[in-house]
Amino acid sequence: MAYDKFNVLRSTAVPLPIENIDTDQLIPARFLKATERVGFGDNLFRDWRYNPDNTPKKDFVLNNPVYSGKILVGGKNFGSGSSREHAAWAVYDYGFRCVISSFFADIFKNNCLNIGVLPVQVSAEFADKIFTAIHADPNTELEVNLPEQTVTLLATGEKETFEISPYKKDNMMNGFDDIDYLQSIKPEIEEFALHLPL
Amino acid sequence: MSKTLFDKVWDTHVVRKIEGGPDVLFIDRHLIHEVTSPVAFLGLKSRGIKVLYPERTFATADHNTPTINQHLPVADPLSANQLKALESNSNEYGISHWGLGHQKNGIVHVVGPEYGITQPGATIVCGDSHTSTHGAFGAIAFGIGTSEVEMVLSTQCIMQPKPKKMRINVNGKLGLGVTPKDVALFIISQLSTSGATGYFVEYAGDVFENMTMEGRMTVCNLSIEMGARGGMIAPDETTINYVKGREFSPKGEAWDKALAYYKTLKTDADAVFDKELTFDGSKIEPMITYGTNPGMGMGISQDIPDAAQVEGGAETYAKSLNYMGFSEGDHMIGKKVDFVFVGSCTNGRIEDFRAFTSIVKGKHKADDVTVWLVPGSHIVEAQIKEEGLLDILTEAGFTLRQPGCSACLAMNDDKIPAGKYAVSTSNRNFEGRQGPGSRTMLASPLVAAAAAVTGVVTDPRTLIENEELV
Repeated sequence: MAYDKFNVLRSTAVPLPIENIDTDQLIPARFLKATERVGFGDNLFRDWRYNPDNTPKKDFVLNNPVYSGKILVGGKNFGSGSSREHAAWAVYDYGFRCVISSFFADIFKNNCLNIGVLPVQVSAEFADKIFTAIHADPNTELEVNLPEQTVTLLATGEKETFEISPYKKDNMMNGFDDIDYLQSIKPEIEEFALHLPL
Repeated sequence: MSKTLFDKVWDTHVVRKIEGGPDVLFIDRHLIHEVTSPVAFLGLKSRGIKVLYPERTFATADHNTPTINQHLPVADPLSANQLKALESNSNEYGISHWGLGHQKNGIVHVVGPEYGITQPGATIVCGDSHTSTHGAFGAIAFGIGTSEVEMVLSTQCIMQPKPKKMRINVNGKLGLGVTPKDVALFIISQLSTSGATGYFVEYAGDVFENMTMEGRMTVCNLSIEMGARGGMIAPDETTINYVKGREFSPKGEAWDKALAYYKTLKTDADAVFDKELTFDGSKIEPMITYGTNPGMGMGISQDIPDAAQVEGGAETYAKSLNYMGFSEGDHMIGKKVDFVFVGSCTNGRIEDFRAFTSIVKGKHKADDVTVWLVPGSHIVEAQIKEEGLLDILTEAGFTLRQPGCSACLAMNDDKIPAGKYAVSTSNRNFEGRQGPGSRTMLASPLVAAAAAVTGVVTDPRTLIENEELV
């Protein structure tokens, strides 16, 4: 599925310094019944965001108008649990284009890269700096520079580099996905399939 | 060069390596279900492409399916719509479809092995993280996202960087009442939910060598809960005896060829792992979780640890205990239980029901506990009846439901109500996993049985009357 190209993103960020945020929190299972990829943003963090009577929980960060932006900063081991890509869709659909954490769960990270959300893994120290800065001033801006592979706290200029494979970087910067690539090597795949042991 | 079991299977399936990028990995078997496939089919339609090898894909309805009155139309219109989409997409693209009411219907990770779709040395993917289950056969099996489901449908390949390799050895003799589920929960409690992230795990040692296929599936199933992409166990006589003669297993000459391949599937003696851990199986006791992720588990006779004793943020830990309504230092034994759930791709196999029955035989269900016993497939359901387990269960006041994922993730009507406590043999105790506000304690079928007859968390070892049956 095509998505917006990612180059340099400057934005304020929403802080969620909780560890082991699992995909059941990002999108609870009961909201996985759609057959189309629409409307998942409304249910991002559904049970942390709303009371059972659907009134917003005032103490949850997404309901605090002080915090906003296209970057979500989460605690360690972000996105653990299910393979449901709906979790990444919910993040994207809500309006986030980038998630920063000191550690990501594998499948969630892959899913993000496949749909145009950039997962940026930083050191635990730098993640702490970001949380501290945002809590001190919610208007703190971050710059996520994909070509340079850096994330910068603009107020102080403190920055850190992050890893991404050259292949995925190219995809993200051009809005390509893996299916485009795989389609282009189909004859090679069909030839390969003739010589498998099973 | 010396290779691990994982290297051998992976390398055999690499179509192409991309400089500075992932490997293009050929997928032998693709399992799909109703939840994570509809958008992938929409993608195919919008691109105007077909399924490359429909005979390599198998569709099963499980996540949404009711566990009673399966002969009636599905009441929830959204669930019904999703189940219908799986059927119509399968029909349109020529994929075999085991929908509700089909004799082969059941949980995707239970029916795959039962019908011989799962084979040693295969690459298997599914849009479900517990695809790691199939690694029990020496396959590379892992969960994928919907974009990747679309990739596999259209090209039978996915693009993945090769993970790092870890070996977890567990040696020694397991104590009485200690099951494969306890071994897995113990390992996760030692590694945490992120301890194996980035790795593919091989389980080795005599504890796994002595395990049945059902037990190995339980262990590999839970690999994802420590962050691993998957887990695998080298195929041996136990594996081959299980696979041989099943409906989709190779036959005749194809079997001989497959068998020759299976026999190559073991880690070379001098192969090197990126990380290796060893545990003493005799030290493991029946396990139970007390928190809101599968890593927050402990021996059932222990007390809930203080925040200072656990890795991770104190605030996150306090949030978790607060959700569960527990405190640091609490005993788990004696905690009230409202619901017991036996089932899921972790523990919905015949062995799990045999274990449950061994404890409840001759006793009676506790009055104020609701117990949901949900077999993983029609084969398991039939075995429960044929082996006489159903008679024992009925005598003890229990009933059997119909196959499906059920209360594991509560996408159907089987939801644990807010604030209620459940002892569950499933795989996840995340907040709200079994229904909004539900509180889950993960445990083995033996611990589940002990709770079902006493109404509180109980050490099953105190209820074992006939050691032969456990």
